[in-house]
Amino acid sequence: MKTRSVPINRIAHGRSGDKGNHANIAIIANTPASYSWLKEHLTVPVVAQYFASMGASTIERYVADNLFALNFVLKDILAGGASQSLRIDTQGKTLGLTLLQLKMEIPENLLT
Amino acid sequence: MKRVRIGNGCGFWGDQLDAPVELVKTGRLDYLTLEYLAELTMSILSLQRQRDPQKGFATDFISVLKRLAPYLIDQPNLKIVTNAGGVNPEACMQVASEQLRAQKVRDVPIAVVQGDNLFPHLDRLLEKGHRLAHMDNGTDLATIRDRVVSANAYLGARPIVEALKTGARIVITGRVADASLTVAPAAYEFDWDFDNITQLNRFAGATIAGHLIECGAQSTGGLACNWQSVPDLANVGYPIADIDEQGEFILTKPEDSGGLVNRQTVTEQLLYEVFNPAEYFTPDLVADFTSLQLEEVGPNRVLVQNASARPATSTYKVSIAYRAGHSCAGMLLISGPQAKQKAEYCAQLIWKRLERIGLRFDKQYVECIGTGAKAPGVFSATNSNFSQNLNSAFEGELPEVMLRIAVSDSRQDAVERFSKEFAPLVTSGPPGVSGYTSGRPPVREVFAYWPALIDKSVVDPLITVKSLTFSPNS
Repeated sequence: MKTRSVPINRIAHGRSGDKGNHANIAIIANTPASYSWLKEHLTVPVVAQYFASMGASTIERYVADNLFALNFVLKDILAGGASQSLRIDTQGKTLGLTLLQLKMEIPENLLT
Repeated sequence: MKRVRIGNGCGFWGDQLDAPVELVKTGRLDYLTLEYLAELTMSILSLQRQRDPQKGFATDFISVLKRLAPYLIDQPNLKIVTNAGGVNPEACMQVASEQLRAQKVRDVPIAVVQGDNLFPHLDRLLEKGHRLAHMDNGTDLATIRDRVVSANAYLGARPIVEALKTGARIVITGRVADASLTVAPAAYEFDWDFDNITQLNRFAGATIAGHLIECGAQSTGGLACNWQSVPDLANVGYPIADIDEQGEFILTKPEDSGGLVNRQTVTEQLLYEVFNPAEYFTPDLVADFTSLQLEEVGPNRVLVQNASARPATSTYKVSIAYRAGHSCAGMLLISGPQAKQKAEYCAQLIWKRLERIGLRFDKQYVECIGTGAKAPGVFSATNSNFSQNLNSAFEGELPEVMLRIAVSDSRQDAVERFSKEFAPLVTSGPPGVSGYTSGRPPVREVFAYWPALIDKSVVDPLITVKSLTFSPNS
């Protein structure tokens, strides 16, 4: 199958939020076929490697098949969170878009 | 069949002041909810109350109420539920009633829900063996007890229903779970029974409705990834949950408003700030989002069905804030060529000048905004994902970057000294330093967040509902 290295925002959308020092990133597939592919390939190790520099203690992935969504929970990734982080994005508001910028080898038939 | 229309006109303290008025004007609402309290808002309000016993509530609510007053007369069935009470719901009620009286609005009884504020009871609770341990790491609250400035339990919908039963048209609470602001009106209107397990899924539906509307425009087109397809965001309509007796609801917004409600915008907000979607904890229940069915049933109308839940846990979450020093962050514009290199050099100059007078900080941090600072280290040449990406390749040729430097420390005077090191860079740094127009960056006190749990049986006896009714001659 032919693939292309493109950001996953070509086949998904999403949003991130915070609770204390933790963040969640929901990645929502645009189609059921893209969801199946993401569920198989956008794994915890892939996401952990991508965010390796940001200091998360653990990363968990939850699935919501009904929503075509993968929900990643990144513990301790906010360097102190809304109250104590010195970063400009204290609440991880941009983490969702950052993950959507991850390039993967995506099958061309999913790229409409 | 009876339905209840609940709209949220405020997603946080600082949200658009016109939104609640527009929503009431055009939303055909039964209930307006207004949500003012973020995780750390209570600490700020708590300090305000310590300085002035009449303060400690969200004063924006009074400005909003002033503008809503005519609609409370025109729409005699409209009710308002808000957590604007902060750490002083009674003072909020007094000021709100004075405001209505000044505008000659009669027959608008107000009630307050209190009992969430555990700060006055902390020592007694600790003595009795309630550790209020940090939810993440189990540390005892006793280790930071002397620095605590606020402690509030997240109450649920039950006391708000009790407040509505007094005949109140405005219910003011302190800390309650955001979703419960919506659950309560639905439970009251449909006479749902909190203790009837066969009705649990109805509460789950209303909880999800509350979760979807609590952040205002975030479910009606705000933040939507597909932002270019969202029409007229300038006039964005705030969200309305149109709920039926079974807890199923249509998420929508006022007709002729801007924004967008579709499966995408609703799903994005559904998972916002959610961890395990099969276990969404509120004081009222533990909702499961993985059974939900979302269906677009018309333009800007999404039907949400099949909510499910298991009964609530035996604990309330407690949000505690404690003093954690001071911090300061300043920014300067750094022009290219070599913008990034110059920015890093400027940061070194600041650190060296402060070290010269013996100052180092507990935490210090430098960002070159424009080079991927939003996610430190991710947009770098060492990340294989971006090694061939322009983001790293053209760093040397960026037209400009924003240099942002931040420190935090237990010593306030040291942080204040730091705030004075920015301006000199305009004349004593490399060329192309600008953007220093708004004075020295402010030094602010840091309040750290301490989430904990407490048995409901400890808090429930503290909960009170108090109503204030106008005398007809007032």
